[in-house]
Amino acid sequence: MDIKDRILKLQPEATFEEQGDLIAVVAPGKFRALMEALRNEGDKMDYLREIMGLDNGTELGAVYYLESTATYEQIAVKTMTPDRENPMLPSVCDLWKTAEIKEREVYDFFGIRFLNNPDMRRIFLREDWKGYPLRKDYDMNSNPLNMENEVNADEGDEFVIDSYGSVEDLKNKIFDRNDFVVNIGPQHPSTHGVLRLRTSLEGEMVKKIDPVCGYIHRGIEKMAESMTYPQTLAMTDRLDYLSANQNRHALCMCIEKACGIEIPERAKYIRTIIDELQRIDSHLLYYSCLVMDMGGLTPFFYGFRDREMVLDILEDTTGGRLIQNYYVIGGVQADLHPEFQTKVKAFIKHLRGIIHEYHEIFTGNVIARERLIKVGMLSREDAISLGTTGGTGRASGWHNDVRKHHPYGMYDQVDFKEIVYDGCDSFDRYMVRMDEIMESMNIIEQLIDRIPEGDYKVKTKPIIKLPAGTYSASVETSRGEFMAIIVSDGGKSPVRLHFRSTGLPLVHALDTVCRGNKIADLIAIGGTLDYVIPDIDR
Amino acid sequence: MKEPKIKSIPYSEFKDNEYLENMVAELNKDGVNVIVGKLDDLINWGRSNSLWSLTFGTSCCAIEFMALGAARYDMARFGFEVTRNSPRQADMIMVLGTITYKMAPVLKRLYDQMADPKYVIAIGGCTISGGPFKNSYHVVPGIDKIVPVDVYVPGCPPRPEAFYYGMMQLQRKIKLERFFGGVNRKEKEEDIQDESED
Repeated sequence: MDIKDRILKLQPEATFEEQGDLIAVVAPGKFRALMEALRNEGDKMDYLREIMGLDNGTELGAVYYLESTATYEQIAVKTMTPDRENPMLPSVCDLWKTAEIKEREVYDFFGIRFLNNPDMRRIFLREDWKGYPLRKDYDMNSNPLNMENEVNADEGDEFVIDSYGSVEDLKNKIFDRNDFVVNIGPQHPSTHGVLRLRTSLEGEMVKKIDPVCGYIHRGIEKMAESMTYPQTLAMTDRLDYLSANQNRHALCMCIEKACGIEIPERAKYIRTIIDELQRIDSHLLYYSCLVMDMGGLTPFFYGFRDREMVLDILEDTTGGRLIQNYYVIGGVQADLHPEFQTKVKAFIKHLRGIIHEYHEIFTGNVIARERLIKVGMLSREDAISLGTTGGTGRASGWHNDVRKHHPYGMYDQVDFKEIVYDGCDSFDRYMVRMDEIMESMNIIEQLIDRIPEGDYKVKTKPIIKLPAGTYSASVETSRGEFMAIIVSDGGKSPVRLHFRSTGLPLVHALDTVCRGNKIADLIAIGGTLDYVIPDIDR
Repeated sequence: MKEPKIKSIPYSEFKDNEYLENMVAELNKDGVNVIVGKLDDLINWGRSNSLWSLTFGTSCCAIEFMALGAARYDMARFGFEVTRNSPRQADMIMVLGTITYKMAPVLKRLYDQMADPKYVIAIGGCTISGGPFKNSYHVVPGIDKIVPVDVYVPGCPPRPEAFYYGMMQLQRKIKLERFFGGVNRKEKEEDIQDESED
């Protein structure tokens, strides 16, 4: 059945926006019933990809991107409320667990309260922050630098409607008076950035983890609203810097889709190969850091030795080691370096010959196995409900590779395996990454000799304007599904630019994964989940 | 004038020698006792070649710092290889990445926790001026608004070679400082007394 018919059958009053993405618009009063039906009936839309808060000047609301893990069918649902003083929407966090943290994000930026969400605290900004920065009427100077240390509340707000129809604030305890709370971070070598975890313990066991984000929140989404489209590209490299090119690929695809730009075949090949090189780079760093977090220093040098070779190849062509600014709207910035193909082939030969060292020193090591196997279990249901895409989801048996199920670039023309394990533990999360290195090399080998001659870029207009509408594009980055969503009104800068963070669901999952495990395993589990903090905070 | 010596790089090849010369002129304007001066040279030789840094990576630049620690760029050659995770054991803090409003009090607190003499290196465009995020509502436009900075290393992120150039600048500065007699002490006697009176 067509998705449109299905929604109309469930909710006859729904209207549709068809500029760009297909979005069903429903009133807040009808919204909850529609979401319940989509989640539980027929082809279950059991994966909530993203919630994007929205302020169109008069109304506040949110757009929910859904996907079915069985049929990979996608739909977006939007609901808007005209109340700017006290905006409220029903929560969907009992249908999809990931909504718990994503609704907090929307509350933080737009001030929309979600009824029945148990924890309506700010997530990125300080708890004493005034105003909601992504609203259109936010005064940019209203919050000067405050050097006072932040005090975190021990209770979260849950807004419910009581029997008289008025809103009541239930105070939910996050930590009890008797809880033993250990503060990990924000300056901690093993949190992979400035993440802070308030962890309560029962003896040596983790009882609850409350992640505090925002220590590297740079307000990229707000800044993008005053930038032209080519300018916004510069921001994506600095989100998840280990997936810099892949992130940029998503935003470029999104803009190209909206403008109807067809990129040359050569650019598609180049982008796909560079994406895969980046994935190898990222996974090598993942290996290095995971092992270093667990106390092994030698593998760190192994990983970096080979990673430098990837960086050399990328540097020849793009000019940058980490932040490369290589993809542009309509293709790539410059042609490949003349020695690119030879160097890539030499590198693949080298890595294939040496990867056994990685496994000899770590994978088979008895300490590593003791600390990873059957530790940090994340079931398939939880993985889907929490939206932990990428290797973390695939280690729990969830087939979620965007390259496979919604191909872009050249992925529909290469033959590659989607690496899926079903052990659900830390060890499988590690093995997924190691196998993906091999699979990435397979993909590159299939493409490297077939790069067609021709232009690497099409000429675009000097000022790029997107037709009004909502556009989205998603790619498989090194650590999950990354999605760029643009809301345009036809002008030269976006009304709203939103990125799906790959790491936010992973950090949210920490609580579920670590509960009942030893605190010493928290670091190893965090290492296998593989999050990058600047991507979470944006 | 006394010229700080960095192995393999002659003094004249460093670009900004003027600030060092000014610093030395100011330090030595009241004359230097020979014995104290020699003791300074000795202790500065040791201090400049064993700078322990606090690992304080907030974003991209931290990955380049890790590359510095690995085999190709090998910072052990210059005595930087010991990174500390506690500010109380560190000589310098390398600020690697954007400092946001939420992080600013944390950075200040870490800086305050370090023992004197302490140094700050600001790595990357974000720490120097806010970089590409200067117009944001949540980014500190330059960490010199919060802590005093000794060396700035521009770049986004800087290349490993640039890291070394910046770190050598700090070594040069340390080699000329006068540790004995409290000339270079950042916390002045009066301040300490003021605090104890409070």
